[in-house]
Amino acid sequence: MNTYARLVKHRLFWPAAALVLLLLGNFVASPRFFAVQFREGHLYGSLIDILRFGAPLILVALGMTLVIATGGIDLSVGSVVAISGAVACLWVSRLGDQNSLGGTLGAVGIAIALSLLLGACNGFLVSVLGVQPIVGTLILMVAGRGLAQLITDGQIITITGTHYRDIGGGFVATVPLSILIALAAFGISSLAVRKSALGMLIEAVGGNPEASRLAGVASRRLIWLTYVFCGLCAGVAGLMISSNVSSADGNNAGLWIELDAILAVVIGGTRLTGGRFSFGGTVIGALLIQTLSTTVYTLGIPPETTLLFKAVVVLAVCLVQSPQFRRKFARRSRRSVPVVKDEKVEVTL
Amino acid sequence: MPAEILRMTGIRKEFAGVVALDDVDFRLFPGEVHALMGENGAGKSTLIKVLTGVHGVDAGTVLFAGEPVSFAGPAAAQRGGVSTVYQEVNLCPNLSVAENILLGREPRRFGRIHWSALRRRAVELLARLEVSLDVSAPLGQQSIAVQQLVAIARALDVDARVLVLDEPTSSLDPGEVERLLGVMRSLRAQGMAILFVSHFIDQVLAIADRMTVLRNGKLVGEYTDITARELVAKMIGKDLPVLEGLRGEVRHGEGTLMQASDLGRKGSVAPFSLEISRGSVLGLAGLLGSGRTELARLLFGADHADSGEVRIDDTPVALRSPRVAVSKGIAFCSENRKTEGLIQDLTVRENIILAMQAARGWTRPLSRRRQDEIVARSIELLDIRPADPEARAGDLSGGNQQKVLLARWLITEPKLLILDEPTRGIDVGAKAEIQRLVAELTADGMAVVFISAELEEVLRVSDKVAVLRDRHVVAQLANDSLTPDDIMATIADGGER
Repeated sequence: MNTYARLVKHRLFWPAAALVLLLLGNFVASPRFFAVQFREGHLYGSLIDILRFGAPLILVALGMTLVIATGGIDLSVGSVVAISGAVACLWVSRLGDQNSLGGTLGAVGIAIALSLLLGACNGFLVSVLGVQPIVGTLILMVAGRGLAQLITDGQIITITGTHYRDIGGGFVATVPLSILIALAAFGISSLAVRKSALGMLIEAVGGNPEASRLAGVASRRLIWLTYVFCGLCAGVAGLMISSNVSSADGNNAGLWIELDAILAVVIGGTRLTGGRFSFGGTVIGALLIQTLSTTVYTLGIPPETTLLFKAVVVLAVCLVQSPQFRRKFARRSRRSVPVVKDEKVEVTL
Repeated sequence: MPAEILRMTGIRKEFAGVVALDDVDFRLFPGEVHALMGENGAGKSTLIKVLTGVHGVDAGTVLFAGEPVSFAGPAAAQRGGVSTVYQEVNLCPNLSVAENILLGREPRRFGRIHWSALRRRAVELLARLEVSLDVSAPLGQQSIAVQQLVAIARALDVDARVLVLDEPTSSLDPGEVERLLGVMRSLRAQGMAILFVSHFIDQVLAIADRMTVLRNGKLVGEYTDITARELVAKMIGKDLPVLEGLRGEVRHGEGTLMQASDLGRKGSVAPFSLEISRGSVLGLAGLLGSGRTELARLLFGADHADSGEVRIDDTPVALRSPRVAVSKGIAFCSENRKTEGLIQDLTVRENIILAMQAARGWTRPLSRRRQDEIVARSIELLDIRPADPEARAGDLSGGNQQKVLLARWLITEPKLLILDEPTRGIDVGAKAEIQRLVAELTADGMAVVFISAELEEVLRVSDKVAVLRDRHVVAQLANDSLTPDDIMATIADGGER
């Protein structure tokens, strides 16, 4: 097999190609798209914006990847985002000095502890009680919104603390902190998963739960762990999102982010049925979704057709990823293409 | 003799540079049973998949009733008159028997499914196979044997002229095999052309009018009159491996390893008591559905016992889960490789190290070097083909998948290895290898529980045989020149001899 063929066969080829294509499209439409400026010691530009505003989605999608790899799903991440932001902002707003570093760290700690607890609740429902993941996490998805509003007392909590604002809006050595956080999350989780046996065992559990059980895999503990990790990721994303606007909105923070996250995972080549997963693919998927939003502004697409535009692009990516579709397409253009071996494919929107 | 219904000439098929079929000819006449023989990986399944349009061909022609055909897929082949029943039953366990038989061809009335007609039709079709059962019950509740018959009934519903049976008897007990062969005879008398793929040489010799042998993707020849010994020699390309004389005297083992007393589970196995000794093989014999697998699952903690206790080295052990059993040195190769054995999507390497890694826990990974060493040794020891640790396990042939599963457990160095139908659906050569392996392992002091539907095989490897009937252990016999007839008699008498 030559290098080209191997490249095309790589599972990340099509999502990456779609992302590059989309970026190039933006560049053609607006030549200044790739420009990265250096202003007041900070990096600015469309590419930086994509990374910066995509960071929360990347985080949530990373957590979602592991859950989906076990064959589960976590619908509650949006609510966890809201709760985490609400708790942190409430804590900061009650501080005597909102700019105190210790107080801000305390707020962050409490929000993260709560997110871990919520993830553990999901994991308990799914792995110990055996509730179907979609149902088990739906509970927190609905109840969590209410909880977030209870915390904020139905109001939008606005804060003035600068340290807190730095989580989403700060810069470290010219680079936005949120990008660094997402990068660190990606790096650490990739290492943790591939350097330990976690990744393989999760893939085994997702690929064939019964066979894994009979091989002595502690699936219950593993599955529980993935939901806790997912809760943690959503919690950090919640901090970022609330920090970006220096306020907590129990109603709207992280609304529909679970759907974008699931989409990012699927675009990244992880099947909803579980098994093989790829953090790299997920990040590409999340960036693709974020780029789409940016593209809408760059191209000046009227806001009322934005969702439709997104849907079309996503559909195209999913189709081009499906070997079945490519085979059909290739057959039409060239009659005698040898039939490729059957492969199970999920095209999901 | 009538004109041939099917003629395949010069068939060639490659997968990514690997030649699966090379210049293979095959012909089939109406009113005959033509057996397709060969070891695993000889190309039998590929030839069938070429015939039914699952794969395209790289060269060669397929003539059906004198016309060149190239079916677009199994559904098209079925409409064209070629029906196939695959080795692994590919039906929907959650649907009813009747729905499975007529799925996609439901009788309709007023644009809706005509349920009573559907059930009536299903009963008729099953009656042709002399099966009667509640067709409204979910298929998943039936035994694998019945599921197989349902799959055949489904194939018969179509106006088939060629019926392809891929290893249809590998899950059936002797009575059911006889019944199926009877069905095949009557279909043959009606003029059906039957392509029969089977590893059971006796069955093939009993029913086939003609045999085609493949080896390594090449045609060896077509035969009408041939002895079992010659046939095996053609299939493996050398003389029959010495299956006899595998074991000498009855070994009583070197002390008791595991003791089960009054172990049982309601609706699964009646309470039984067994002793398993180190360095010996306990065979489980009994008809299909007699509780062989269920007994093994209790010994492994795959199911919970609701009575009795298990002692290992004279210490009581609560086998709450397979995980606990593994930690006590018990290993279990399930009879269902596909659903309870391999993780199809993972590589051979990952599948082999899975149990070992699971026992260590996720925080203590085996280094990649260590993995590669272990896996390379396993591949060599068991002659797993392709010898590629990074191949996807699901792409391997049945026999090699079985070897991967064996390797998974062997590297954990268990004290007790439970093998449930380890040789089902695999070829003579691999079968002999696995039997020899069992003998070697016990020589090293391992205890083995060996389950097989083939009595000869059980007797060949076992030192002691526990006979099951209707979910009861009815007898435990020392294998002192026992014959299959002795076992059959024990089963027939329920052990009251």
